Amino acid sequence: MTEPMVSLRGVYKIFGQDGASVMDHVKNGMGKEELLAEHKHVLGLNDINVDMQAGEITVVMGLSGSGKSTLIRHLNRLIEPTAGEIIVQGEDVMQLSETGLREVRQQKMSMVFQKFALLPHKTVLQNAGMPLSVRGEDAEVCNREATKWLDRVGLAGFENHYPAQLSGGMQQRVGIARALTANTDIMLMDEAFSALDPLIRTDMQDLLLELQKELHKTIIFITHDLDEALKLADHLVILKDGYVVQQGEPQHILLNPNDPYIEDFVSDINRARVLRVRSVMTPLSDGAVPDDAHGDVDVDDTLESMIARSGGDTSHAYVVKDGDETVGTLDMTALVRALVPRVSSDDGTRNY
Amino acid sequence: MAFYDKLFETLGLSNWCGVAGEGAPLSMADLMAQASGDAASGPFFPFPSLDNLNESCSAILQSRDVTKGIEDGFLAAKPALKSVLDPLTQPLSWMLDGALWLFEATPWFIMIPVLVGISWYASRSKPVTIFVFVAIMLLGLVDHYDVAMQTLSIIFVCTTISVLLGVPIGIAMSKSDRLQKFTVPVLDLLQTLPTFVYLIPLIFLFSVTESKLYGIAIILYAIVPVIRLTDLGIRLVDQDVIEAADAFGMNSKQKLMRVQLPLALPNIMAGVNQTIMMSLAMVVIASLVSAPGLGVNVLRGIRNLELGVGIVAGIGIVLLAVILDRVSKAALSRVDMTHVKH
Ligand SMILES: Nc1ncnc2c1ncn2[C@@H]1O[C@H](COP(=O)(O)OP(=O)(O)O)[C@@H](O)[C@H]1O
Ligand SMILES: [Mg+2]
Repeated sequence: MTEPMVSLRGVYKIFGQDGASVMDHVKNGMGKEELLAEHKHVLGLNDINVDMQAGEITVVMGLSGSGKSTLIRHLNRLIEPTAGEIIVQGEDVMQLSETGLREVRQQKMSMVFQKFALLPHKTVLQNAGMPLSVRGEDAEVCNREATKWLDRVGLAGFENHYPAQLSGGMQQRVGIARALTANTDIMLMDEAFSALDPLIRTDMQDLLLELQKELHKTIIFITHDLDEALKLADHLVILKDGYVVQQGEPQHILLNPNDPYIEDFVSDINRARVLRVRSVMTPLSDGAVPDDAHGDVDVDDTLESMIARSGGDTSHAYVVKDGDETVGTLDMTALVRALVPRVSSDDGTRNY
Repeated sequence: MAFYDKLFETLGLSNWCGVAGEGAPLSMADLMAQASGDAASGPFFPFPSLDNLNESCSAILQSRDVTKGIEDGFLAAKPALKSVLDPLTQPLSWMLDGALWLFEATPWFIMIPVLVGISWYASRSKPVTIFVFVAIMLLGLVDHYDVAMQTLSIIFVCTTISVLLGVPIGIAMSKSDRLQKFTVPVLDLLQTLPTFVYLIPLIFLFSVTESKLYGIAIILYAIVPVIRLTDLGIRLVDQDVIEAADAFGMNSKQKLMRVQLPLALPNIMAGVNQTIMMSLAMVVIASLVSAPGLGVNVLRGIRNLELGVGIVAGIGIVLLAVILDRVSKAALSRVDMTHVKH
């Protein structure tokens, strides 16, 4: 595997008077509640180790207060860690001077915010061009780039409006255009779509995926919504009380949750719509395909579409293709089995 | 035999005190008591004030020594203070005198259109502009045009200086909690002290004939709101927007000029409006220390019991106040408009 674009190594964050002084307790396994009760410090992040690969969308998911915003703000050091390393493109962000840090923020990472955080006294065009004007580019360059990206996110014609004149969805399009104008490899998105209505949220997710297909940015996306996480994630990180409960390929997590916390999360999901053939097929081992196969399916088809196609008949089997290559077989019985969530054997261990 | 004699005896301080009462000048109360021939007529248990203790122990100061000490100390410090403050504040005198000259020398048929033009430019409101025109014409009609211009010139200079000094001070305060902690009590003091109280040391320091005397008095009083509201305005700027500015790598100067000041502008303008109104209030009082303008006529009304003169000048001040308030408020709401809330 290539070197990750961003990695966090043993990152801890403890909010309070003197976070470093209680680090030992945390390292010895003291939890968030205990730390607050006994030492009046808030455990923000607890030994975070995450690699974020170039060109992928890494989604960090967790309930409110689990430390998602804290985590993403460590990447551009809007929040200073109590301990740990933050490595961006092989460079330790913690070693940077103030100027160096500003340069990283200008050149390498852009950010999209939950509450949009646009400048209310500037026009849409000026807002979108802000990252370039901060770098000292001419107004002409800023406007040209800003216009280009505003067009791309579907805001052509709104250049001279003020943010308050736009709906929430449109304001967040400006937020995305602003991040794209910065032309950085890394994009940080903190609950970027959480403040939007469900329908608009779906539109924005589609827009993001469409842009990503074209631009191949390294996106770190925060959400508390599992559907959104599963739709967007190449790599899913699940946070709870400041520590990583499980991380990996989202379909894998869905099928093999390692914690009651996650099982609870995934139990309400429409699995047929989320799971893909790739995750439930039998990989081809000896080149043998069943001769009674009912046809070819694509690895990325959803189970929902397969059920529709088979007419609900569990006796069917299909040959799975990735492009032109045959990669496995799909047995409808296995498919139906995968639709039932694996129920936790010990409900009593839930403590959240 | 004074009340506290026993106290000093039991404390064994008789020697340090010296001979009671001897050599010390008599207080007024003593003289009265002697005159009435009844030394024991004092209160049964007098308050242990300096004067009462001094009766028993002459080593203790009398209260008049305290006031005298302050006065002496002030007079001793005066040359040093003056040598620093005089050149520092001299430009203020020049500006006040210069503005006064300019406002008086400009003929009315130029001045009035200029003022009306400024009102229009700042407020972009027809009713306000018409009101300004009518009010100035009214003042002129009763021969108060000149004094009104004198008052206006002082307000103009003092407000300008207050803003030029107050905004940077407010910015500095908003950046440092420590500075804010030290500055707020000073601002409270400046605002609560009766104006006459800080005229006293100023009169000692500067001669009453210098215009900077009233200039300083007005500025000290009027600068407070613009400082406070600049500080408040910057602190109230949406933290999410500040975070975005940081995330896109703005340095602190860019943050100040592009985000904090523009977003704090409505508050700062509200502070400027208050500063203007407070300069006007103070310029009237400052006529006590030779500030020219409408206040002089009010003073004349009080001193000579010329009721009509005082009331006409008073109405003139009200007109001026309304003009200044309306124009600056209209300008403020215009700033607010372009600042559409989200
Ligand atoms: N500046 C701060 N001071 C103290 N505690 C904080 C601070 N910021 C966040 N926290 C705490 O850290 C935890 C994680 O917060 P946050 O990262 O905002 O959660 P999320 O974004 O997942 O909702 C919460 O318990 C929160 O109260
Ligand atoms: Mg959050």
